[in-house]
Amino acid sequence: MRLHLPRAPARPGEVPDFSYVQLSAAGAVPRPDVNARARDIGALSIDLVRVLEMSGEAVGPWNPHLDAAELQVGLRHMLLTRIFDDRMQRNQRGGKISFYIRSLGEEAVSVAQCMALRPGDMLFPSYRNQGLQIARGIALVDLMCQLLSNTRDMCKGRQLPVMYHSKAGNIFSISGNLATQFPQAVGWAMAAAIKGEDHLAASWIGEGSSAEADFHHALLFASVYQAPVILNVVNNQWAISTFQGYAGGEQRSFAARGPGYGIAGIRVDGNDFLAVYSVTQWAAERARTGAGPTLIELVTYRAAAHSTSDDPARYRAKDDHLHWPLGDPIVRLKQHLIRLGEWSEARHQALTAELEALVAAGWKEAVSFGTMSEGPRLDADLMFEDLFKEMPEHLRKQRELMRAERAAPSVERAESPMPASQGRS
Amino acid sequence: MANMNMIQALNSAMDIMLGRDPSVVLMGEDIGYFGGVFRATEGLQRKYGEHRVLDTPIAEGGIVATAIGMGVNGLRPVAEIQFADYIYPGFDQICSELARIRYRSAGDFFAPVTLRTPCGGGIRGGQTHSQSPEGIFTHVSGIKVVMPSNPHDAKGLLIASIEDDDPVVFFEPKRLYNGPFDGDPGKPAVPWSTHPKGQVDEGYYTVPLGKADIVRAGAEVTVITYGTMVFVAAAAAASLELDAEIIDLRSLVPLDVDTICSSVRKTGRCVVAHEATRFSGFGAEILSIIQEECFWELEAPIQRVAGWDTPYPHAFEWEYFPGQARVAMALEAVMEPR
Repeated sequence: MRLHLPRAPARPGEVPDFSYVQLSAAGAVPRPDVNARARDIGALSIDLVRVLEMSGEAVGPWNPHLDAAELQVGLRHMLLTRIFDDRMQRNQRGGKISFYIRSLGEEAVSVAQCMALRPGDMLFPSYRNQGLQIARGIALVDLMCQLLSNTRDMCKGRQLPVMYHSKAGNIFSISGNLATQFPQAVGWAMAAAIKGEDHLAASWIGEGSSAEADFHHALLFASVYQAPVILNVVNNQWAISTFQGYAGGEQRSFAARGPGYGIAGIRVDGNDFLAVYSVTQWAAERARTGAGPTLIELVTYRAAAHSTSDDPARYRAKDDHLHWPLGDPIVRLKQHLIRLGEWSEARHQALTAELEALVAAGWKEAVSFGTMSEGPRLDADLMFEDLFKEMPEHLRKQRELMRAERAAPSVERAESPMPASQGRS
Repeated sequence: MANMNMIQALNSAMDIMLGRDPSVVLMGEDIGYFGGVFRATEGLQRKYGEHRVLDTPIAEGGIVATAIGMGVNGLRPVAEIQFADYIYPGFDQICSELARIRYRSAGDFFAPVTLRTPCGGGIRGGQTHSQSPEGIFTHVSGIKVVMPSNPHDAKGLLIASIEDDDPVVFFEPKRLYNGPFDGDPGKPAVPWSTHPKGQVDEGYYTVPLGKADIVRAGAEVTVITYGTMVFVAAAAAASLELDAEIIDLRSLVPLDVDTICSSVRKTGRCVVAHEATRFSGFGAEILSIIQEECFWELEAPIQRVAGWDTPYPHAFEWEYFPGQARVAMALEAVMEPR
């Protein structure tokens, strides 16, 4: 007897190898009726839904036939997400923010999925879904103020950078703990059904987080109650240093966990804007027509480090993302639009410059509300608020003690003997 | 002897135990090929192989549960929970299972599992990378709870924990990984190489569980503390020019009641300090024991220093942290004559 120990396909110094990724040809996977029973469409969880050929041509039954204006909006949101990420990464490196997480290479996931949903649908994101915030129209300045923990921070200084939320935008508070939001989204969707509303819930986790028990709770409850929810596993192949094989991806796809629970599971090219949009639209229609929940596996690649605290050069092949067989989602949608005659390199450059200026202007405004080291600071009293609806007495007392502590002269600078030194026994 | 920071000392402890005892296995998220997000297991998979140093799925409940199964089957697992803040998905397996297997099977089964987990704040970690949940675990009967404050103790305590046949939750104050920290984030960082406790024996040795360390002997007041607060408390007492006796508990369960009580009987005054939140915190247990054992020797009410009873806020890290000012106020209060 011997344990099987999953091996990453390529470590530093080795040649990137993505031969393990099971691909289907664009256009090859049939599109079942939205009311199909989960047990009858099991193949969707093994095949890979793709619309865009690598040449940029859109083919097959999953083509959502979006008009050019919508495609251009999608391209803009994805490009803005990437430019925002680049700039915030540099701000972290410059010491302006304490931490950042980029979504490089995964922009189509959040942007296309958000666009395929309705504004009243509730989103339960993970920490790498900034494209949801951008596609929902959350102001860049609001996102930046959260990153800065400044006086306009929506979290009042309580959360690590990127843990945004938007009550008005129907985006739930992001947790630093993994997968916790997945079954919560199911509960939200159950409530929508109980109340007779037609808003659905959608949630995102990484394939690594699908190892947590909360993933399984989500699938179980979604299945039992056939809740109107879309559960998304963003399979970006890596959980910090740990390859997706350690989340159980070697033996069967993540989408295939859906049919195991009696839920439709569908595997989609996560770097194909059209396929992601189309699959999400299909799942949303299923949810809204009472056909039940859907588990979507978005096959993509984490081109960036896990976070600014991570250095992937220690554990994976250099520039491996350039070899990813599903390409770059922005490049692919751009090529499609150019092929349609609805875009050009010149327009792309102009848009890039426009968005860079937008982000730069947003940052200038955001820092005027304070940074970690300069400008106005949040009142430390806020630390004690919102823990309970009404502040209990013990927290009131602690707030007084904190004020006294902050007003006290620094102990190191005390020149005269403290009162305590008198009357020692 | 060698200069080691706390990470190197922990690495050395695991290296030695992997070498000495073929039943020792390491497991956890990112600990194998990568060597851990804090590098505590660096090089150990290369040296001992993938069957001794296992990468795991991100599933703390699964990590604890499979460690229990391995332990029941004769292995001695040392599992890393990447941050103490992530330990809760494993909570049921720890409280209902790990802590009770020996008891419920009348000693027929046991699982000698050590759970290593970085804890504490002061690293800009916000509410999900800064917690000190040790008091939650000291409240569970059947597990030992350890928290070192320096490289020498970290190595000796970890070896003792691995060799212990009972389960141990081993908290590592991550602010102390690279050097002692007196609570002032404005000062330049001090590396362990400048501190005597950064001198670590390269070979095998243990620091026994259940034995506190008198970091500084003193006559005027007893300061009982552990983890990150050891150096903060010592600095605060020094700044007040108090002849304080500083006790580093090192192990919370079992607890060295004798060292605590003989010190308090001597000084008659006591401050208890921890970074964890105050309400129902471990400090309350210490106060209660002292009240039971030393009431008639006390000259003043015992003072408690702790983190505020809120989550650890990203933007107010140093207003939250029980720094020198908070300790000094408690020391002043306890020194006041009636």
